[in-house]
Amino acid sequence: MKRLLLPLACVIVVSLLLGALLAPWLAPHDPTVTDLSNRLLPPSAGHWLGTDHLGRDVLSRLLWGARASFGAVAAILALVLALGCLVGTAAGMAGGMMDAVLMRICDAFMTVPTLVLALFMIGALGTGLTNVVIAIALSHWAWYARLVRGLTLSLRHRDHLAAARIAGLSRFAIIRRHVLPVIAGQLAVLASLDLGHWMLHVAGLSFLGLGLAAPAPEWGIMINDARPFFRTAPMLVVLPGAAILLTVLAFNLLGDALRDRLDPSLHSQAH
Amino acid sequence: MLAFILRRLASLFPLLLVVSFAFFAMLRLGRGDPAMDYLRLAQIPPTDAALVAARTELGLDRPLLVQYFSWLADALRFDLGTSWFTRRPVAEEILLFLPATLQLAGTAMLLTLAIGIPLGVWAALRRDRWPDHLTRVVAFVGVSVPNFWLGFLLVLLFAVTLGWLPAMGREGPASVLLPALATAAMSACVMLRLVRASVLGALGEPHLRFARARGLPGRTLLGRHILLNAMVPPLTAIGLHLGELMGGAMVVETVFGWPGLGRWALLAIGNRDYPVLQGFIIVMTTVFVLCNLLVDIAYAWLDPRIRLRQAA
Repeated sequence: MKRLLLPLACVIVVSLLLGALLAPWLAPHDPTVTDLSNRLLPPSAGHWLGTDHLGRDVLSRLLWGARASFGAVAAILALVLALGCLVGTAAGMAGGMMDAVLMRICDAFMTVPTLVLALFMIGALGTGLTNVVIAIALSHWAWYARLVRGLTLSLRHRDHLAAARIAGLSRFAIIRRHVLPVIAGQLAVLASLDLGHWMLHVAGLSFLGLGLAAPAPEWGIMINDARPFFRTAPMLVVLPGAAILLTVLAFNLLGDALRDRLDPSLHSQAH
Repeated sequence: MLAFILRRLASLFPLLLVVSFAFFAMLRLGRGDPAMDYLRLAQIPPTDAALVAARTELGLDRPLLVQYFSWLADALRFDLGTSWFTRRPVAEEILLFLPATLQLAGTAMLLTLAIGIPLGVWAALRRDRWPDHLTRVVAFVGVSVPNFWLGFLLVLLFAVTLGWLPAMGREGPASVLLPALATAAMSACVMLRLVRASVLGALGEPHLRFARARGLPGRTLLGRHILLNAMVPPLTAIGLHLGELMGGAMVVETVFGWPGLGRWALLAIGNRDYPVLQGFIIVMTTVFVLCNLLVDIAYAWLDPRIRLRQAA
């Protein structure tokens, strides 16, 4: 059973990814074309999951919504890893004053609850999906910087790093060739456990109307759009939420399986 | 103990100072010109003369540090400025909306403990049998559910179908249950797994074998030797959960029309209402930090090793 989890998680994540990537070809209808004569239809051969209050095809909107969600999470991942590795290795390799200042900045970012911080950032940057991505990344990078710094510190005085320095490698080359590859496994475990968490943040902030603008197909927006029809057509709320749940579940499954494979000692993150 | 509390309290001030300055600078250096936003919200046409006048009035022409210290001097007297949109004092508005959010987050915290601890202990004591497997699956799904969506499902079941609980608003003590449950679900599941792991750890301690060898009754073993020791790690996690619950409550509030800080902050975000945003982040941070301080004090009180090590 345990050995099957990783392949199972991979299969789900890959099929969701394929659905997102191939949405323009897979989606049976245009996700934004409204058809008021076909409002709130139940599932049928033409519309597998029915239509919404503006006659838009729900399945097509879900598929396109996957694109937005996966895109946002991928961007957050890239930003968090870049910032975390940059600050973490800089603090860990430099030490001293630089280390102290960078870690105090991390402390400031870790003092505020992540979603509250993200809301504030969106207030400072303005609404829109790009700013939602930046806000979520800025409210999470400090944990990664901390981890990378700790791992870098533990590597700094190893013999092979000293040898690399004597051999004349630049600091940057040492970090790239001898530090990052060593800590990549731990980073992958932490990040895979956070992917679902970020996806929930993206969905929540979109639901609040802070992400993409209304007609765009996105899961959080679909739930917000369907609110007035919630009692008569609950499936319009249930389906996008189920899509979020399935995706987050698959990410968490992947994270757990990766942790078991790569790092049995690392316990689940509490945030 | 008193020295420990005072020392921790004193260490909060530099932290809050750094945090408040960081957010002050972020807001000022963010996108756009605050004076433009001010005029827009005051519904004054943005002529050059009006912009210059607004900059002088708001002090935007002064250096950033000077602006910050004048804000700080006011904030220390509980004056967080005036909302550019509603024209009311920010501190007054926060006092109006904060109790509802604290009630929601607090109830959610109680639910987190009331669900997470007993189920976690149960799962640990019945390890690898059906209660353990069942709670494992429930917890796994529970941490993956979007809280606002869970809110809709709860309304669908308990308000629309069964008619047991109100779906909207904040009237009567029962109205907090559904939003609090939606907010708490994820934390309760995390807590459950944490308590399970912690109890399993306590079960493996050598002193337990000794207590059992002494022939102590099962009830004493469970209460004094297992649970008391196992509760310390979950207690520290409460601090982290509080932050998660406060953030979660802001999203769930909109589902239930709960009159808390969430809707107020959303309005300020849409309006780019600088004094409100600044007041919002500093109050939320202070509340969160103070709650964590309380958790730390409880922790030190339970575990003498902590307070003695810090004193040394």
